[in-house]
Amino acid sequence: MTEFKYLITDPEGIHARPAGELVKLAKTFASDIKISGNEKVGDTKKIFSIMALCIKQGQEVTLSCDGTDEVEAAAALEGFFKENL
Amino acid sequence: MEQFTGKGVFPGIAIGKIKLYRKNEQTVKRTKIENVEKEIQRYLAAVDHAVSQLQELYQKALGEVGEANAAIFEVHQMMLQDGDYSESVENIIKTQMVNASFAVATTGDNFAKMFSSMEDAYMKERAADVQDITERLLNNLSGHELEKNESTEPVIILANDLSPSETVQLDKEMVLSFVTSAGSSNSHTAILAKTMAIPSLVGTKLPLKDEFDGALAIVDGNTGTIYIDPDQAILDEFQKKKEQELLDKNLLLKLKNKEAITLDGKKVMLYANIGNVKDLGFVLESGAAGIGLFRSEFIFLERTDYPTEEEQFEIYKTVAETMAEKPVIIRTMDIGADKQCDYFNLEPEENPALGYRAIRICLTRPELFKTQLRALFRASVYGNIQVMYPMIANLFEVQKIKELVAEVETELTEAGIQYRLPKQGLMIETPAAALISDTLAKEVDFFSIGTNDLSQYTLAIDRQNPHLDTFYDSHHPGLLSLIKLVVKNAHSAGIWVGICGELGADPSLTQEFLAMGIDELSVSPGNVLPIKKVICESNITEYEREIYAN
Repeated sequence: MTEFKYLITDPEGIHARPAGELVKLAKTFASDIKISGNEKVGDTKKIFSIMALCIKQGQEVTLSCDGTDEVEAAAALEGFFKENL
Repeated sequence: MEQFTGKGVFPGIAIGKIKLYRKNEQTVKRTKIENVEKEIQRYLAAVDHAVSQLQELYQKALGEVGEANAAIFEVHQMMLQDGDYSESVENIIKTQMVNASFAVATTGDNFAKMFSSMEDAYMKERAADVQDITERLLNNLSGHELEKNESTEPVIILANDLSPSETVQLDKEMVLSFVTSAGSSNSHTAILAKTMAIPSLVGTKLPLKDEFDGALAIVDGNTGTIYIDPDQAILDEFQKKKEQELLDKNLLLKLKNKEAITLDGKKVMLYANIGNVKDLGFVLESGAAGIGLFRSEFIFLERTDYPTEEEQFEIYKTVAETMAEKPVIIRTMDIGADKQCDYFNLEPEENPALGYRAIRICLTRPELFKTQLRALFRASVYGNIQVMYPMIANLFEVQKIKELVAEVETELTEAGIQYRLPKQGLMIETPAAALISDTLAKEVDFFSIGTNDLSQYTLAIDRQNPHLDTFYDSHHPGLLSLIKLVVKNAHSAGIWVGICGELGADPSLTQEFLAMGIDELSVSPGNVLPIKKVICESNITEYEREIYAN
């Protein structure tokens, strides 16, 4: 399992559009990728699951990737969060 | 061959293929199914279709409004393909053995609730996105789509009934005829058919069977009959009749540039009714001397939010300019009752026809009314616009209108905006207004009798209810006396009076109306020439002599 933490700086939090982008990216990997924050856990391959976490600016999320391509997945996702959120 | 009979609302013959138009069901029925696998396949096909529809919308939006705004369609695609959503749908189908539509509607409700119960305002709003994708799926599952560009050839539209907002979305070039199972001769489908001058039937009670979609049919508006999948002999017979009709129509066209004057020299202002700028073509073709009723509420019904002053101004200006100095009588918005507009947020009523509608809305929401008046007054500069106010029942309403008109004038003058105060009239469509028409006549420049509502209110008959057609006597002596009274009172006050309801197009009443002294008749564009023919062949002096002789 490969993990990283990220503090959301985007004023709108993880709203619909970045949630959609995150799903698009996560689906390119075989690994199981969970996102946790706001005391809940969601599946990054399901848009409703991510949106249901209701992550806002200033909250910390943990991304945990588990699978054959977990290292690449974590690296790509970390880049995505830094750039977009 | 199958044959059904209803009420013909516009004469003539149409031959063509049927396009079945199913209503977008608000309530989804729960039905038991046998084949789970097949139902799931149907669901998946609906998702695929929805995704490609959204892809098209995305591409279109990308070109028109840019990537940031187009992204919502991508998000919707992902929502449609969301694992939890589809798992829930498939589970409901499997465990309850129910139809896909029910499973989708239930899942949609649950997911929408999840969002709407969130505290965060932004996330709360996302319930609307869930509803949107759910609606799209339900439409795909029921085969219902707005067939805007689907037909490549003109078709016969077969539907249960069509609401005003549905009819405005139809591509009118692609419609040969309307045939509805419900609806009465006063329904909106009927009014639209008359405007477009296409043979149409209402109240046929025919079942909307899937196999009718695409079948060849003949619509005979003269007898009110539709023949589905007709025998060769019938088809031949009607093709011949249709050719003859075309010849007759060409004869009628010779009247187009003739004035509407009776044999004994009474000149009649013969105008046309429209609801839309797109109907202008029909008016110009019809040989009408002006527009006697522009139903401005259709500008509101076609939209999802209030039209701005600028938007309205452009529309009124276009109509005024196109009609080039010919009178254009615009009725201020007649919203309410059977013409509902979501964004007005009107509360449901027990008796909408007797309720909060037309001028009553305008006078209680003056900001809306004043926007329309400003647009009208500004557009008046560009042609012969006249304004009339609907649903008047009391004198104080007219006085209140005048106050608002004065306010608008002051505001426009102070802002240095160019305008012209148009001639103003009242619609006489409540028995109360007819009975006090002597008082009302002193306040305005003209009267126009709206016979649809006046009949409904005088006869206490709901014009939308097909079961009441038997009780609906359009020539009721009570109604005719009211009209006569209005004409007398108008003329005593020196103003003109017309009829803009459907009764004005009834050729069996034309001579009677002219004998009463009616100055103007405004009918649907398709009826202008037939009524002109009746007027030109009438002799009112003769007619009166005959009546008194009997």
